[in-house]
Amino acid sequence: MMFVPGNNPGMMADAHIYGPDSIMLDLEDSVTMTEKDTARLLVYNALKSVDYGDTEMVVRINPLNTPYGKKDIEAVVKAGVHVIRMPKTETAEEVIEVEREIEKVERELGCVGRTKIMAAIESALGVVNAYAIATASPRMMGIALGAEDYCANLKTQRTPGGDELRLARETIVVAARAAGIDALDTVYSNLDDMETFRKEVEFIHTLGFDGKSIINPRQIEVVNEVFAPTQKAIEKARTIIAAIREAERKGSGVIAVNGKMVDRPVVIRAQRTIDLAIASGIIKKEEENV
Amino acid sequence: MEMKVAQAGTLESGDILVRITPSQESGLEINLDSTVAYQFGAQIKKVIADTLGELGVTGVRVDATDKGALDCTVRARVTAAAVRATGCDVWKD
Amino acid sequence: MSTLKERGALVAEAARKMDKPVYDGDIFNKTPEARRELQKQSPKLATLEEAIRKSGLKDGMTISFHHHFRGGDKVVNMVVAKLAEMGFKNLHLAASSLSDVHAPLIEHIENGVITKISTSGLRGELARRISTGLMEEPVVFRSHGGRGSAIANGDLHIDVAFLGASSSDPLGNACGYSRSPNAKSICGSLGYALPDAQYADKVVIITDDLVAYPNTPNSISERDVDFVVEVDSVGDSSKISSGAIRDTKNPRDILLAQQAAKVIINSGYFKDGFSIQTGSGGASLAAVKYLRDSMIEKGIKASYALGGITAHMVRLHEEGLIDRLIDVQSFDKVAAESLMRDQAHKEVSACEYAAADEPGSAVHYLDIVILSALEADVNFNVNVLVGSDGIIRGAIGGHPDTAADSALSIIVCPLLRGRIPCIVDEVTTLITPGKTVDVIVTEYGIAVNPLRPEIAETLRAAGLNVVDINWLKDKAKSIIGDAAPLPFGDKVVGVVMNRDGSVMDVIKNIEDPEL
Repeated sequence: MMFVPGNNPGMMADAHIYGPDSIMLDLEDSVTMTEKDTARLLVYNALKSVDYGDTEMVVRINPLNTPYGKKDIEAVVKAGVHVIRMPKTETAEEVIEVEREIEKVERELGCVGRTKIMAAIESALGVVNAYAIATASPRMMGIALGAEDYCANLKTQRTPGGDELRLARETIVVAARAAGIDALDTVYSNLDDMETFRKEVEFIHTLGFDGKSIINPRQIEVVNEVFAPTQKAIEKARTIIAAIREAERKGSGVIAVNGKMVDRPVVIRAQRTIDLAIASGIIKKEEENV
Repeated sequence: MEMKVAQAGTLESGDILVRITPSQESGLEINLDSTVAYQFGAQIKKVIADTLGELGVTGVRVDATDKGALDCTVRARVTAAAVRATGCDVWKD
Repeated sequence: MSTLKERGALVAEAARKMDKPVYDGDIFNKTPEARRELQKQSPKLATLEEAIRKSGLKDGMTISFHHHFRGGDKVVNMVVAKLAEMGFKNLHLAASSLSDVHAPLIEHIENGVITKISTSGLRGELARRISTGLMEEPVVFRSHGGRGSAIANGDLHIDVAFLGASSSDPLGNACGYSRSPNAKSICGSLGYALPDAQYADKVVIITDDLVAYPNTPNSISERDVDFVVEVDSVGDSSKISSGAIRDTKNPRDILLAQQAAKVIINSGYFKDGFSIQTGSGGASLAAVKYLRDSMIEKGIKASYALGGITAHMVRLHEEGLIDRLIDVQSFDKVAAESLMRDQAHKEVSACEYAAADEPGSAVHYLDIVILSALEADVNFNVNVLVGSDGIIRGAIGGHPDTAADSALSIIVCPLLRGRIPCIVDEVTTLITPGKTVDVIVTEYGIAVNPLRPEIAETLRAAGLNVVDINWLKDKAKSIIGDAAPLPFGDKVVGVVMNRDGSVMDVIKNIEDPEL
């Protein structure tokens, strides 16, 4: 997920050419108080006009307890955004409140249920409530860690090793998995230190995160490389998927590969491997029966 | 409609700076300075006029300095400047 | 016994038969001065005015210049101002290229000092004024190779060449670098000046670092030089070239570079012993970085890198990844210094670099070239000279030469620059014919010339995003809308020559945007 400031029309016009899985246009931290109105209009018009192709479009809105939050929701829902990202989420109630505002606009447009929600957890309270937040609405599609605010709230600071984020990261992954939604890691802001960035991406990949937030197109390649499945894993996944198709065709309930029974989790993991390979550009969608 | 002078936008590449000034005339006067004047000057002026027309804003002079903004950006900047000039937002309060 | 005196009559007889005079020993007087002092009285040393006068330059003649000092050049303005002061009129200025810094020529054109220009490129205010009809006679544009050919075959006859040099001895052995501690304006290769030095009727070297004879190894030889003029400065070194490697941080350039590198690696030409030329643009330089990684990984080495040589290429050469550097123009200080020090870094003239009719020119043996473009069209024609607003803002350079002669020519250009489309229905001006262009890399996809189906196939097989050029053009239109036609007039302000000496296109005047 690539962050793009909502007040920069040049960057908004072609952010998708770098191939991020999703683009987050930001109305919150990267926009000054005096430009909240103009950024909202830029984001609204860009979402309506720019052809972002298959890219998932997310907008980070201002909190509802600011004068901007409600207008942000109205504008981006009207513009047809896929996902609204809530900043600094601490309780399930906040999600429900945002959902209510979204639904108001959607009802007016006649498209109730179209807009998904992702919540950024950026405080100790948010981490404690992670599962409640993740399950607060059927619209919830993911939770994400916002490390800067979280560290400030925790009265610590970020370190290269990220020890201070350990509990938050693990809690978020577990909560997301328990809720059946995605877990997204925080940004890494030193663009010149690709080595540490790669280590961090490898680490959060191991933890089970589904993706990483990035602030510059230059970081995309590293994330894709780390998250890309190996050729061997792809081949294995293909064999399993083929076996499922075969079993479905025969109407057989039992699936076996190389004489071994295949469990449901194995099937899910195989499908995930193929999806990831497609997302990483290793294989093409048309080549797979997905 | 009580209006004041207002502007929106920047001089960054891909953006347009739009300044709206209430005028004594009833119509719309557009002064455009654009890096792509030959190819897109008429189109940019049309977007400015259409956007203001949709918002019901008349009797203004628009001074715009364009750095290759796309139509959607022109629309956003003109709307923002008009909202600031009139004090009437396009979103509900 | 035979003595000199006795043979005198026979000497006189032999001289008479040969129609030669008899030696007169009294004419010769030994010069006792130390030779370091003596060379300061070289008959070639002159002030600029003396050199001009002695050269026999007359109204209506052709004078020539090189552009190795790029944006820092002081030679063109200095010489033309002197010619104006001396009352010359109606001169033909034949430069290898002209840039922003040459805006003072406008005044000399208005005053009739310069009435005709031949060049590879024009930029800045001079270009804008010429585009809007400043000159009666159209400017003649040639590629670097085309200019070399035209000078060699007489199409472009030069009466007096004024060639700036970073160092010269009093006899005219001149270089684009200097080994002296007084070195001021370093440019490296003098490749574009060499045809002028070789073929011009008179050659004037203008230098700001007059060094002791012999200034060898030399670039321009004393044999070709008639006059040597010492001046305070031939160029502003801060504007001649940058000092160090600059890696682009522009994400779009990086994306284009990665794609271009992938095209090369998967093209079938990326094999041990390949040869390559790249431009000096951000994307082109970044592509070299990715190629380097792949060369190390796969154990592939290049036989030579050609063209404008950059610090990146020097590094690869010094790392043993490129065997030889062939340098017609050094793009930065690192390249200029390498040229001075390194035997395997060879300076070549524009003819040896890119002339179509020179059997040994290096472009004939070039595998891969990466080039930029202002515009490319659906027929793969490329324009690098005239902006999409109809104003001249570029240079042909070696673009058509390398595209035509290389085994694989790759154009790297963004689909859009701001609201300006780079993939269009038809280029504003035809510079490099589509037949010679193989691949166009944009951030939205890679288009392969239908004449090279095998390349499209191998790139597709490698998983690259190969798209139809028409799709790219339509994509650009869908983002920016339809551009209005440009307000061209009926006057021809420029003529574009093909490298074979034929006329390929003309440039019409455009209405002055400031009016």
